[in-house]
Amino acid sequence: MAQTVFEPWNDPDAKPIIQFKNVTKRFGDFTAIDDLTIDIYEREFFALLGPSGCGKTTMMRMLAGFETPTDGTILLQGKDIAPISPNKRAVNMMFQSYALFPHLSVWENIAFGLKRDKMAKDQIAARVDEMLRLTRLEKFARRKPHQISGGQRQRVALARSLAKAPKLLLLDEPLGALDKKLRQDTQFELMDIQEKTGTTFVIVTHDQEEAMTVASRVAVMDHGKIIQVATPAEIYETPNSTYVADFIGDVNLIEGRAEQDGDKVRVAWAEGQPAIVGTTTRQFDKGQTCHFAIRPEKVAITATKPENIANAVKGKIHDIAYLGNISTYHVALPNGHMIKAQAANNRRLSRRSFTWEDDVWLSWTDTAGVLLER
Amino acid sequence: MRRFTLIAIPYFWLLALFLVPFLIVLKISLSDTALAIPPYMPSLDLSEGWAGFMAFLTELDFENFVWLTEDDLYWKAYLSSLQIAFFSTVLTLIVGYPIAYAMARAPEEWRPTLLMLVILPFWTSFLIRVYSWMGILSQEGYLNQALMSLGLISEPLIILNTNIAVYIGIVYTYLPFMILPIYAALEKLDGSLLEAAEDLGCSRASAFWLVTIPLSKQGIIAGCFLVFIPTIGEFVIPSLLGGSQTLMIGKVLSEEFFSNRDWPVASAVAIILLLILVIPIILFQRNEQKQREAEK
Ligand SMILES: Nc1ncnc2c1ncn2[C@@H]1O[C@H](COP(=O)(O)OP(=O)(O)O)[C@@H](O)[C@H]1O
Ligand SMILES: [Mg+2]
Repeated sequence: MAQTVFEPWNDPDAKPIIQFKNVTKRFGDFTAIDDLTIDIYEREFFALLGPSGCGKTTMMRMLAGFETPTDGTILLQGKDIAPISPNKRAVNMMFQSYALFPHLSVWENIAFGLKRDKMAKDQIAARVDEMLRLTRLEKFARRKPHQISGGQRQRVALARSLAKAPKLLLLDEPLGALDKKLRQDTQFELMDIQEKTGTTFVIVTHDQEEAMTVASRVAVMDHGKIIQVATPAEIYETPNSTYVADFIGDVNLIEGRAEQDGDKVRVAWAEGQPAIVGTTTRQFDKGQTCHFAIRPEKVAITATKPENIANAVKGKIHDIAYLGNISTYHVALPNGHMIKAQAANNRRLSRRSFTWEDDVWLSWTDTAGVLLER
Repeated sequence: MRRFTLIAIPYFWLLALFLVPFLIVLKISLSDTALAIPPYMPSLDLSEGWAGFMAFLTELDFENFVWLTEDDLYWKAYLSSLQIAFFSTVLTLIVGYPIAYAMARAPEEWRPTLLMLVILPFWTSFLIRVYSWMGILSQEGYLNQALMSLGLISEPLIILNTNIAVYIGIVYTYLPFMILPIYAALEKLDGSLLEAAEDLGCSRASAFWLVTIPLSKQGIIAGCFLVFIPTIGEFVIPSLLGGSQTLMIGKVLSEEFFSNRDWPVASAVAIILLLILVIPIILFQRNEQKQREAEK
């Protein structure tokens, strides 16, 4: 049986679990969230990505109920949540600082929310044990938060916010304090837990790799606005602006003047250089300023001029960044423009084909990059 | 060697200012009243050497302590001191906690000023401040004048020279000792813990009981001891603000010394007071230690 693809955002009948409708949040005369509209669907793993101070935490805090929008409405399952106080919302939050209660044991921390619901004692115990098992914390149930490691604390915070089986779980930079290895393990753990519990997750992160790894969709934010919402692959392959292209991963950005012919666009970008040929579905006016964005791994680097390829430019290797599995070559064109190209290091270092000051050719097909208006 | 010198300084300090006076008081408490100055005997005569010292030792006895158990004035005074200290501590806590809480919740730029205001009374003499309470609480005092001019009462209230005045004096004097440790605990409290509690279903009030109070417990305990311990032996406040029926051991102690001039009995009273205080002091130390460990 073919597995159905999970993309409710393309299904016109799907009902979003959360809807932001023209939400604006101001602190004094500072606008933290600027007329934001977005739908998030059930069972999604939705990532908010953006630089520090762009309003990610503010969005989360509005969902949790610690801030109220200045304008606009937020709907949870179709109902306006503005009048509902934080302790009555079917939303739980995992805090950036974990916010574990230092005077309570791991077990009591996880049971805290359940006890507030006046659940029966044996039911609480069963649920806490289930959470302990899920987050592999059984051995630490009696410990206090200061007696466990950072990674374990983070799992306690997760268990505590999951215990009440919220419809929506908010994770505010949950893995920020972990080292890289532990962070990667935890990312997969999070995805696993999300799949098992079927909870909708909204995760805030400023780590683009993390967002790409875990999320079903990523929203890239800047200055209180959402610039693009799409799947990780779409965001990476077809960013809608130079901001997104530049924010996610590494990119070469070349500004020039467009001249369109059907779906082909020629971008004149520098004296003495051939125009770049790209493909687009957009419309560019003749002479309009446009930006050509291409990922370094899509630029091939060769010693001789390749035949039958849409774009080829000559340059000199200025710098090489060796990253283990791959190397990034910074190639200077005769006019001083720098272009990055990436190649896999499938040979040992000593037998590498290029070195500093080598003359090389850079080439790419007409579909390798994207053309952006801004 | 240097380490030894470093450690020796505080020990020498304790020896000179605590242990030696304590031994002198202990010795006097085991002596007999005499009508010369100093008004007790025996006195140690070192010119006779070891034999003189032994003779001196044999003359010491527990007579004064036995005397303390025979007159019910003393144990009533101890009990009454404990009682007054206990209720004053509770009252100081009730008044001090909300103040500390409000200070910790105040905007950050105000906090140094608020702290200043709490400490400000220490800039004037304690004695003057207690005297000024006499001016406030007396029958012609400011409080009665204010209440009468507002028409709230027609007869002046009798507050001065009652236990109420003593409580007011103690709460007023010791309030900073309650506020400061509680404020220190509350100021450290991470606001996101309260949000987490609310997020998990607590109302504001239950978040206060379940999170704020337990996390300021160390501060509350420290503050209570800092008020309770000195209040038991308090002398100035009950003698200036209290009446004849206010019974506190500090007052009894000073009467024995200065009115009866019975130094041996007075010393015995002081020794017992010290023994009573040892228990809360040890508990206080334990609390401090626990707090230090928790912060590690
Ligand atoms: N309570 C507040 N009062 C004033 N400004 C605030 C407040 N909370 C957040 N801000 C401002 O709003 C902006 C967005 O903050 P935040 O949502 O925390 O950003 P981030 O994306 O880093 O999580 C920041 O510039 C921050 O200074
Ligand atoms: Mg943030």
